[in-house]
Amino acid sequence: MTDMAWIHGAITAARPQAVGALLRYFRDMDRAEEAFQEASLRALKNWPQNGPPRDPTNWLILVGRNAALDGVRKDARNGPLPPDDVISDLDDVETPLAERLDDSQYRDDVLRLLFICCHPDLPATQQIALALRIVSGLTVAQIARAFLVSEAAMEQRITRAKQRIARAEVPFEAPGPADRAERLGVVAAMLYLLFNEGYSAGDDPVRAPLCDEAIRLARMLLRLFQTEPEIMGLAALMLLQQARLAARFDVDGEAVLLDDQDRSLWNASAIQEGLALVDKALRHNRPGPYQVQAAIAATHARAATAADTDWAGIDGLYLALERMQPSPVITLNRAVAVAKLHGPQAALDMIAPLEAQLGRYFPYFGARGAFLLQLGRNIEARTAFDRAIALADTPAQAAHIRQHLDRLLQDAG
Amino acid sequence: MLYTLLCYNKEDVVWSWSKEEDDAVMARLAVVHEKLVKEGKLGPSLRLLPTTAATTVRGPGLVIDGPFAETKEQLLGFYVIDVPDLEGALDVARQLSDANPTSTYEIRPIALYVPEARPNAPREVVKAY
Repeated sequence: MTDMAWIHGAITAARPQAVGALLRYFRDMDRAEEAFQEASLRALKNWPQNGPPRDPTNWLILVGRNAALDGVRKDARNGPLPPDDVISDLDDVETPLAERLDDSQYRDDVLRLLFICCHPDLPATQQIALALRIVSGLTVAQIARAFLVSEAAMEQRITRAKQRIARAEVPFEAPGPADRAERLGVVAAMLYLLFNEGYSAGDDPVRAPLCDEAIRLARMLLRLFQTEPEIMGLAALMLLQQARLAARFDVDGEAVLLDDQDRSLWNASAIQEGLALVDKALRHNRPGPYQVQAAIAATHARAATAADTDWAGIDGLYLALERMQPSPVITLNRAVAVAKLHGPQAALDMIAPLEAQLGRYFPYFGARGAFLLQLGRNIEARTAFDRAIALADTPAQAAHIRQHLDRLLQDAG
Repeated sequence: MLYTLLCYNKEDVVWSWSKEEDDAVMARLAVVHEKLVKEGKLGPSLRLLPTTAATTVRGPGLVIDGPFAETKEQLLGFYVIDVPDLEGALDVARQLSDANPTSTYEIRPIALYVPEARPNAPREVVKAY
């Protein structure tokens, strides 16, 4: 009667906590992974017969730990441990162990596991690949497809990353509040990158699910760290962005700008969840970049039509973001709000000083072209759009700018 | 008799379902809902967003993040309220908490709400004892 899909879902959901706890026991990534693998295989055999355990995560940790220790004890001529179907997460014999599996320890286990994947020695793409392999349990083949490289190349990349972190010494005692906050920040940044990998891929069926995985991991972090406003902000930001997925591309796969999107295609449930998290986060009065970005996304989500958008609010939020993280890219984004509020000339004046820094950045010339076009300076707009196309990273970006150019040519003819 | 049916599952699993998996479950449920509507048995029903979106008001003035998850107390009932944002919901929860200070009110945003579907449903049911 047990649904195999539910079992697979439960094993995936338990994976970060279980591998994290096993890593704490064994202090060795490969042994922890093998132990979890063994426990999962036994779960697939055992749960359909006996029903799922009350606490699947505890079951997987105990069985994984026993399976690994069993191997060791056999060598040491010790008696074998009881069979898995006798193990209960409430069993008296296991109580001392189960007690140690309390929530606070889980939190640090999961955080440590994610933090190890985000080791600063590793480039961002390796951090993400490692987290997808170890924390999410994706196969090397799945990750290779998502990053558009061969399976052999990805296998090598992950092996190298693992060797690197094996040499790096990550402390296993419970981190203090300052370490915990730092780890959480590093992990949040990795999840943000993971989400962006999927988001920038648009509606690509292989890469887009990376967004769902990032959201799943963010929700998991939220369950473990319930009072962290930046984690609420990060989760909200992802949910609010992902809510627009169905409206972001037309039937031909061309990008549709926010102003032109059919808002009835936005995912109402994801928006509700995102807005609820923004509200919760703001009550803490501890603003941070993820919360501000989420608040910007929330302002768009709250507007029934593009014309209803509170651009003054968005301008203020970008200003706050600029103060927290001074960056020409943020100023460029703010210019869009300024154009809506004070007209294209004000926006153009605002971005002019950015050209030295953003001279290789495709969106800079896209925005510049759009402002010039609004001012009727078509020849200059065309030059800007040509630059944008030359700098575009993807065919979709180039195609989008070409639409502007085509319109210009039509007007000229 | 009126009964409340509370649906429990592992939310980390359920909220990881793909759209297809979720749609398939909702489609199977819709068949049952339709049958219950025809039989005149279905009152309001709703699906809650995950507990990560929950806020809890405990006693006067204490607002905590997350769900109320102590096993010593059980869910006794629920209200459906229509307010613009979390502050509005907190305001209502505080009023309820003032009136009933030993209870705890968890605020969970609603993901899906199907209003009363029974024909001739009474506006209010007074407890029978």
